[in-house]
Amino acid sequence: MTKKFRVELIKDRCKGCELCTSVCSRHLLKMDTHLNHKGYASVTIENMDACIGCINCALICPDGAIEIFQLEEGDKE
Amino acid sequence: MKPVFTYSEGMERVETSYCPGCTHGIAHRLIVETLIENGELGNAIGVCPIGCSVQAHKFMHVDMCEAAHGRAPAVASGIRRVHPDKPVFTYQGDGDLASIGMGEIIHAASRGERFTTFFINNGIYGMTGGQMAPTTLIGQRSTTSQDGRTVEANGMPIRVAELIAAVDGAAYVERVALDSPAHIRQAKRAVQKAFAVQKMGVGFTMIEFISSCPTNWGLSPVEALGWIKEKMIPYYPLGVKKDITAQNVQEEEA
Repeated sequence: MTKKFRVELIKDRCKGCELCTSVCSRHLLKMDTHLNHKGYASVTIENMDACIGCINCALICPDGAIEIFQLEEGDKE
Repeated sequence: MKPVFTYSEGMERVETSYCPGCTHGIAHRLIVETLIENGELGNAIGVCPIGCSVQAHKFMHVDMCEAAHGRAPAVASGIRRVHPDKPVFTYQGDGDLASIGMGEIIHAASRGERFTTFFINNGIYGMTGGQMAPTTLIGQRSTTSQDGRTVEANGMPIRVAELIAAVDGAAYVERVALDSPAHIRQAKRAVQKAFAVQKMGVGFTMIEFISSCPTNWGLSPVEALGWIKEKMIPYYPLGVKKDITAQNVQEEEA
């Protein structure tokens, strides 16, 4: 079974700097058109199933807006 | 669900005052992550500088005190002497450390003070609005070098890590960058090593972080990371500049 990951994007912390989108090894992160409460376009993810859990995005996020979890058996996707 | 990466508990759950894409947040996180791994978060004492990170004490869940501009090494020297069992660090930018505080940092290194300095080098004065710093590159535009810095008028940028490494009291000096996930992983190892050497009590330790300032460089955050790679790292080469613990091992082996 291939490993699956869940990427939690804390949109209210995001400042829309796009650093995460530039380092995603699968190019899954995109900028949302929706603005958060600070007025920044926050990050969003397309096709979370394709995430390989490389944590590049979380490492480079200066604002702690990205957390990553590995799904285990019995977890809801 | 098994956590693979969660935001460090050592960071306060508040909004940082930094601009979008500023790498100060990454440096903060690496420091508190290391302190938590060492079980020292509640023991550590930090000293804040003047600059964008003047409010670092609001963002890192560490006891910190504020020093006058450039004087953080002098304050940290006193704290570490009174509390020899606690990890002590200063967090300073290039306007603070390399300009007005150059005297303090060299003398602290020369005395072999047993604290760690985290030096954020983004080549510009951030908080005051983008003036030229001692670390601004030749040709780089700033509000006080509008046609670019020139050697004739301003001299060459100071390579602080090499300078401190040349001082006898320095035990561990490394330069790292915060421009890519690989370099951030390396930076974390450097922070761990610096705290480990500080604990050995053999001398002064300093980590220089090559950092970005998208706002005052006039670039997007992603372009700013590219600028670090293309312009800053060639002038400020990364790597360990001094490690007396490695020298001791070599001497013992020989």
